Amino acid sequence: MNFLWSNLGLVWNLTISHVWLSAIPIVLGFVVSLPIGWVANRYRVSRPVLLTIGGILYAIPSLPLFFAMPALIGTKILDPANVVIALSIYAVALMVRTTADALASVPGDVVQSATAIGFGGWRRFWTVELPLAGPVLLAGLRVVSVSTVSLVSVGALLGVPNLGQLFTDGLNRYYPEEVAVGIILIMVVALVFDLVLVLLGRLLLPWSRLDRRTGQLRRSAAMKAVTGA
Amino acid sequence: MTDFIAAFQWLVDPVNWAGPGGIPARTGEHIVYTLLTLLIASIIALPIGFLIGHTGRLRGVAVGVSGALRALPTLGLVVYLALIMANISIVPPLIALTILAIPPLLAGAYSGLESVNRSTIDAARAIGMTEWQIFAKVELPLSLPLVLGGLRSGALQVIATWTVAAILPVGGLGRFLFDGLAVQNYPEMLGGSIIVVALALVSDGLFAITQKLVVPRGVAAGKVRSDRAKDPWRAFGLTVPGRQPVP
Repeated sequence: MNFLWSNLGLVWNLTISHVWLSAIPIVLGFVVSLPIGWVANRYRVSRPVLLTIGGILYAIPSLPLFFAMPALIGTKILDPANVVIALSIYAVALMVRTTADALASVPGDVVQSATAIGFGGWRRFWTVELPLAGPVLLAGLRVVSVSTVSLVSVGALLGVPNLGQLFTDGLNRYYPEEVAVGIILIMVVALVFDLVLVLLGRLLLPWSRLDRRTGQLRRSAAMKAVTGA
Repeated sequence: MTDFIAAFQWLVDPVNWAGPGGIPARTGEHIVYTLLTLLIASIIALPIGFLIGHTGRLRGVAVGVSGALRALPTLGLVVYLALIMANISIVPPLIALTILAIPPLLAGAYSGLESVNRSTIDAARAIGMTEWQIFAKVELPLSLPLVLGGLRSGALQVIATWTVAAILPVGGLGRFLFDGLAVQNYPEMLGGSIIVVALALVSDGLFAITQKLVVPRGVAAGKVRSDRAKDPWRAFGLTVPGRQPVP
């Protein structure tokens, strides 16, 4: 741990930029996937099309996508936007499926009851469907969060500063301790992100702990994200 | 656009197709590395996953271990193992990538076996099948699409990570990315990236087709189409309030 104490300032700066580079794609992925997931769930034709596009985008390896970003959007290779936009694409690709499944998991009679007592489509979405889809959305978001925090480190290979820089630097200096510090700190960041998401879930979705059915749906959503089936 | 034209020129240049550092040789290395990693990871993960799925025990442990492994940054593990083993062969990245391929394979194996209908297994046991027969003749065929699903996402991860592992002096397609970056040759980096993406998409497509093909004939025939597909107006965004789809 000598490395950590003598480089506290550097490590702190890298951690802060790592947090930003991870947080933006997670939030963007959630926001952008909401309307797309809604469309995927709403129409029979759009569901397989959008889910297939999501699956293909998610299949693209991260480092080649980082390298391709300058050619696609005209940035410089060192620009952090390459990493942020590429990781946002992954987040959206993964979350569209989860959002569609989450909205499909809302019981049909609840939606019909809301319509019957006079809720319009817009109000019904925000006050009935979205809150009830919350637990499944949260499960998907936790998967996105873990993988984003870990993938940001690959961006260090392009020279974008973050905790992954401890890996490239550690390799150049034959300094395993520096690499180990990087691994541990990235896992700590991933853990903190996960705790924040779980706490947000407890605060915003207090009913999800009481409902056993959502527990099963959450698990199957997390499983789908891993196996792709 | 000019970047892509330059990359395609790099891709079709015969100079880049010859010798041990050429495109065919590097692609071959990448595929061999990937298959080797998946083979070792399968030998470790599939039996454990099947055992957990068949017995229903230790599921919590498997979920926890898989979750923790997923948070492990790949690049860090590759570099760390290479440094502490003081070895620049493919062995350290092979170990690191095997560790990273285990969670999806394990998840596919146990969730596949868990997805098999309990009464089907009870019926198999009732007609006198041994535990091994239940596994080999009932559980495995029924769960094969999910098991392959685990292998499919494992393959994607391994193909992607062997590219990253070229930060070490190993072969594979990642060489083009790192060697190009070292001399600021963007067409080489982009051309190499295009080959890796193509390889990943081909692998994913082949697994997708295989997943469809291995569904046992009886299961495919008995599949009920979803409620949504039965409502002909849904495609046009029209739903009749109050009408329930036929279950």
